[in-house]
Amino acid sequence: MEVPGLFNYWMAIVLMMAGLYTVIARGNLVKKLIGLGVFQISVFVLYITMGKIKDGTAPILPASGSAEGVVFSNPLPHVLILTAIVVGIATTALGLALVVRIHEAFGTIEEDDIQAIEESEA
Amino acid sequence: MIELLDIVILGMMVVAALAVLWLRDLFAVAMLSGAYSLMGATLYVLLDAVDVAFTEAAVGAGIATVLMLGTLTLVPRQEKPGKKPSLAGLFTVAATGSLLIWATLDMPEYGDPDAPIHHHVAPRYMKDSAAEVGPPNVVTSVLASYRGYDTLGETTVIFTAAIGVMALLARGRRRKP
Repeated sequence: MEVPGLFNYWMAIVLMMAGLYTVIARGNLVKKLIGLGVFQISVFVLYITMGKIKDGTAPILPASGSAEGVVFSNPLPHVLILTAIVVGIATTALGLALVVRIHEAFGTIEEDDIQAIEESEA
Repeated sequence: MIELLDIVILGMMVVAALAVLWLRDLFAVAMLSGAYSLMGATLYVLLDAVDVAFTEAAVGAGIATVLMLGTLTLVPRQEKPGKKPSLAGLFTVAATGSLLIWATLDMPEYGDPDAPIHHHVAPRYMKDSAAEVGPPNVVTSVLASYRGYDTLGETTVIFTAAIGVMALLARGRRRKP
């Protein structure tokens, strides 16, 4: 059983578009942030797939003996994505704090309700 | 076997992502996004990224879900019904998606050892990191040493975000009598 050549990339793109559509089409601010999270993980999947080498193993050197003949997957995308995960949680936390503040100020977290309130006040 | 798991997990992730889009109960959506994240972590193990899988399971499936549930105690739990599907949004998504798929046609195939990404700096990290940095885990060496400035920048981002969260939430509390 083989993974067809570009299958992982295509699935990552499908996930990406599901996240993007959630951000565009849903008015609820919490839902938008979760959509952003879906998008984010799809990008991680794309990167990690690029680092995979067939029949490879995790890039951890053996404690003793030589690593001759062992194929290691590429560690560089792993490092980049580790950074991205942590930055992602920081932005999510900030976004959720903003949602809580918006709810305090407007009493709703629905985009169109907020817009209606702002227009009636203007 | 592992290849089959890869396909099955990616399929489950697509189902979870569509359910996130579909459901209106935000509690269910938050739990699904946690499950989605955990499936992502499993997929990273299959793709040899064990460090990323740990972090994703702890941070993405753990902390992010807790933050979302915490938010849901302060805001309404149901999404307002009656939002029409956005035609402009569907068009944007279809156009972007097809452009991206067209762009992947140039990409190296899954697991190809001759892909350009594997012939730039990665072989040097694998060969020299044990002597130059020390830890057997090459990801640790790259994270803390070769790309240490990235990690410093990451720490700055978390610090800034923490200040932002505190400023936003403390302000609301001060207003109350």
